[in-house]
Amino acid sequence: MSQLVVSPAPHLHAPSSTRSIMRDVLIALAPATLVSLIFYGWAELLLLTSCVVSCLLTEYLITRFLLKKSCTLSDGSAAVTAVLLALNLPASCPWWVAVIGSVFAIAVVKMTFGGLGQNIFNPAIAARVFLLVSFPSQMTQWTAPASLSQAWGFSSVDAVSGATPLGLVSEGLRSGQSLEQIFSEHNFSYAQMLFVNMGGSVGEISAAALLLGFAYLLVRKVIKPYTTLAIWTTIIGISMIFSMMNPSSYTDPMFNMLTGGVLMGSIFMATDYVTSPMTRNGCIIYGFGIGLQTMLIRYFGAYPEGMSFAILLMNACVPLINKMCHQTKYGRK
Amino acid sequence: MAQIRNTFTIGGIHPADCKLSKDCAIEVLPLPEKVYVSMAQHLGAPATPIVAVGDSVKVGQVIAQPTGFISAFVHSPVSGTVKSIGPRPDLAGNKVNHIEIEVEGDEWAEGIDLSSELVSTLPEDNAVIVERIKAAGVVGLGGATFPTHVKLCPPPGKTADILIINGSECEPYLTSDYRIMLERSSEILVGVALMKKVLGVKQCVIGVEDNKPRAIESLNESLSALQTLGEAYQGIEIRPLLKKYPQGGEKQLIDAVTGRQVPSMGLPIDAGAVVQNVGTALAVYEAVQKNKPLISNVLSVTGDCLPESCQHNYQYRIGIPYRHIIECAGGMPEGAVKVISGGPMMGKAIANLDATTQKGTSAVLFLTEEQTRRKSESACIRCGRCLDACPMGLEPYLLKKLADVSDYAALEENAIQDCIECGCCLYSCPAYIPLLDIIRGAKADVMKIIKSRPRE
Repeated sequence: MSQLVVSPAPHLHAPSSTRSIMRDVLIALAPATLVSLIFYGWAELLLLTSCVVSCLLTEYLITRFLLKKSCTLSDGSAAVTAVLLALNLPASCPWWVAVIGSVFAIAVVKMTFGGLGQNIFNPAIAARVFLLVSFPSQMTQWTAPASLSQAWGFSSVDAVSGATPLGLVSEGLRSGQSLEQIFSEHNFSYAQMLFVNMGGSVGEISAAALLLGFAYLLVRKVIKPYTTLAIWTTIIGISMIFSMMNPSSYTDPMFNMLTGGVLMGSIFMATDYVTSPMTRNGCIIYGFGIGLQTMLIRYFGAYPEGMSFAILLMNACVPLINKMCHQTKYGRK
Repeated sequence: MAQIRNTFTIGGIHPADCKLSKDCAIEVLPLPEKVYVSMAQHLGAPATPIVAVGDSVKVGQVIAQPTGFISAFVHSPVSGTVKSIGPRPDLAGNKVNHIEIEVEGDEWAEGIDLSSELVSTLPEDNAVIVERIKAAGVVGLGGATFPTHVKLCPPPGKTADILIINGSECEPYLTSDYRIMLERSSEILVGVALMKKVLGVKQCVIGVEDNKPRAIESLNESLSALQTLGEAYQGIEIRPLLKKYPQGGEKQLIDAVTGRQVPSMGLPIDAGAVVQNVGTALAVYEAVQKNKPLISNVLSVTGDCLPESCQHNYQYRIGIPYRHIIECAGGMPEGAVKVISGGPMMGKAIANLDATTQKGTSAVLFLTEEQTRRKSESACIRCGRCLDACPMGLEPYLLKKLADVSDYAALEENAIQDCIECGCCLYSCPAYIPLLDIIRGAKADVMKIIKSRPRE
């Protein structure tokens, strides 16, 4: 008889692995990716390819030649970063900007801190903010979704580019318009935002696609809803109070939820395991912080949006939150 | 008064049930030619042999006596001649004192009632009950093998108001408790009544997980029959519990049944509860009502790689080599790489098949390479699954980090000493980090530090 295997208990393991979790995140991102591919066509395909290739290649080169460790690409985390970054860029963004962002995300934000699990900041969000401050013109020219035939080059009408809804609001308010005027001028419609948005990062084109991804993540128990719901509650709460006080200068909850990457950020970026707190209470504090800062930036800050900055700032608070919030221990009431 | 729920409140996991041998009725395992009886088959000090080489012994005769307060009698499981007394490797390969007995026939010591007739009248005197339990070498059969008579006599100043019987059998694969609850429910209930009488408690709850409806039914039927007999059987309740591992952990079961929690570093008695296993209740019945010492128990022979015809629930004697059991069950199944004594979550991997069964052996489980080979460890992604899984509300990822740097003060502050080593953290870690292996080691170090402090 051959040798018996001996190891300490437990002798069984749950079926999930880091890889299966990352695969689930990619599946959850699929609806948003598909919708963006349909409406942005070749432009989006080019961005997605640039991000995926450069993220994977950067991680491979660093682990292989700089760290001289075994390759970590198979855990799938680099692919998740790549897709998230691609969905966080405007469609008109040049491919080389996407490449710079990808290299920054992997090389600076992830690998310098020690790779998967060690990074303080979410690589995709940090890269987006890095690009936003480094290439402001390329990063803020938002392209409105084209029709299908335009997107895939079957008809030759140029894509319409312009500011995001939040940018338009911010600009309009500065020039003394009231919200009602801005809304009617630009034909904002919530139905449109929910299904095919009017402009922003490619990933936010359809709120419904993002919510579908959220539902999948919850059903597969990849994430817990606390962070996301805390962000939503905070944003809805704050904008409800302000818009009721002064409806012509403060945007309403629905508008704030559907624009400026709130759904994308709250579902896919703020819930990143590595850069969010460990406990339920921690997640609620973290989500509240993100929502609060997003709204402060939007209402009173210079930037029209705020989600990326808010997540990044709260990422930095996570170690503190983890120190502060602990599990309820058995028998220590 | 805390709210009463039907499962424990903190953490827990839901591994697949895999009760493959649940429909196999209990069979008697044939005796081997020789048995090797371990002197360390209970928690506490190993027993001291009182027979000499060459002595002839009968089944049920005392062959070793307790050494110290927490220890237990050991009886001969067979009739025959003592061949040798000395160290022999146990299932992990550690050398432990064993008594080797060559089997000759099956002659029982006098005074043991071998009939299957149910004796439901309880002795009047509690001291008699405790004395018989002690003399029969009864230990807890839920896993810890703590001497039962010690547990039934709470230290002065502490009283229990509830007796909780663990019928949850929350480990995957195991079916021995299930089978005895089906086949010997009346005897179990008499044993329960005996312990309830000794403790002087009014309430007794038998917790059974709801994946065993037939066991619940069988216990309820026997209970209503016994309750017509008299007062002794009043106040006993069969409580279905929601399936969740580790429900059978003392602390978790107390929480599930009463909503109370045992204080950190405390004993169940500190929460007013005494917990015993259904198997122990059966052993108590046999000890007190039949004068039969604890020399046999039921184990499951099971595993996915074992054909259906080879799945068994055996009534075995102590001291039987695992190799003999495997041969009786049809040999080592194809594809099995690991043999476990006990369940897959807390059982011990057998390194030495010549090691022998003990009082608390509950299963011989075969696992395949695919089921059990640990995947290589990758980086912690801080997913928090270990926190959600830990039934003690600990933070295994943090304990692992602190253990890596041997920060014992911080480990104690983060309650590593409360770890019950159930394995939920390691089971759920998607990065395959050996959390429990590391925590187990660090916990032992912290416990030494705590014990070295002068008592106040």
